[in-house]
Amino acid sequence: MSRLLRAVLLVLALWPIGAALAIDADELLPDRVQEARAERLGQEFRCLVCQNESIEESGADLARDLRRIVRQRIVAGDSDQAIRDFLVARYGDFVLLKPPFRLATIFLWLGPFILVALGAALAFVALRRRQGATLQTQPLDPAEQAELDRLVHAGGETRTS
Amino acid sequence: MAITHRPEATDLDRTPKSRWRWLFLLPLFVFVGVGGFLAVGLTRDPEKLPSALIDKPVPAFDLPPLAGREDGGLKTADLGHGQVMLVNVFASWCIPCKVEHPMLMRLAKEGIPVVGINYKDKPEDVARFLAEMGSPYQKIGADRDGRAAIDFGVYGVPETFIIGKDGKIAYRLAGAIQERELEENIRPVLKALTR
Repeated sequence: MSRLLRAVLLVLALWPIGAALAIDADELLPDRVQEARAERLGQEFRCLVCQNESIEESGADLARDLRRIVRQRIVAGDSDQAIRDFLVARYGDFVLLKPPFRLATIFLWLGPFILVALGAALAFVALRRRQGATLQTQPLDPAEQAELDRLVHAGGETRTS
Repeated sequence: MAITHRPEATDLDRTPKSRWRWLFLLPLFVFVGVGGFLAVGLTRDPEKLPSALIDKPVPAFDLPPLAGREDGGLKTADLGHGQVMLVNVFASWCIPCKVEHPMLMRLAKEGIPVVGINYKDKPEDVARFLAEMGSPYQKIGADRDGRAAIDFGVYGVPETFIIGKDGKIAYRLAGAIQERELEENIRPVLKALTR
């Protein structure tokens, strides 16, 4: 195995670990079940500073504060939904990496399906029409058939001669 | 001659063409629609997030004063009370805060009450900052751990909130106040609220 390949494999092997742990050891909750809940929940929340990372992945200061708040509230006995509501009340729906399904987000959720349906309908209509066009071809009448035979015959002769 | 064999072919042939001809333009309309939608999206600044607290009452908070200041800190009860106020979240280590500082001084001089939430700062650093640049703040709350700022939905300093007479948040600006922002947005909001 070449050295480069080995290096690439090493990087790939360590990649998910690097991405998942922005969290310091002293932030972890002693209770493993609670910590697992905090990590799962934290991955739902957007870090508002970096915007495309969750608060669990982000090294930003604010993300650390929010991680701490999530853990404090878990220890205090809040439900997952109460913690979600707490953050949405302060930062709006934007803090949720997965936007909620409601009237304002209906196009966000249904848009792709509407576009696919529209495309499928157009393709269906176009294909139907093309098929219709082939059905409309007329059988040759005897005179045309005779002419075609003559041409084919003549063509064959030209080629052989 | 072919037509006489299958007269229905003419109907099939003609109706779709005349009545559905505009369908050829449909992809163009869809393209223009989607393109326009995305073009508007491109002009919007993704850093400017809407505040979830607009038209909501000021969150509950109670911050101690900065060391050496006798203003009693800042708490929820200080806001509202028939007065339109500016709440400015700032820190001495934040460069844009220095940029917007002259704007706050100007507003304070005009008699608009400005109060401050000092975000994650060292007392000696803020003291130096205010001594050097002047203080536009009637009251300052020291938010050492940034918790009150989170209750305001702050995600970076500086941020400025305009609080109405009823104690509700009327406006939020994330980022430094600049001349244009002041004239085009902040002043009209202040004017509408004081009326």
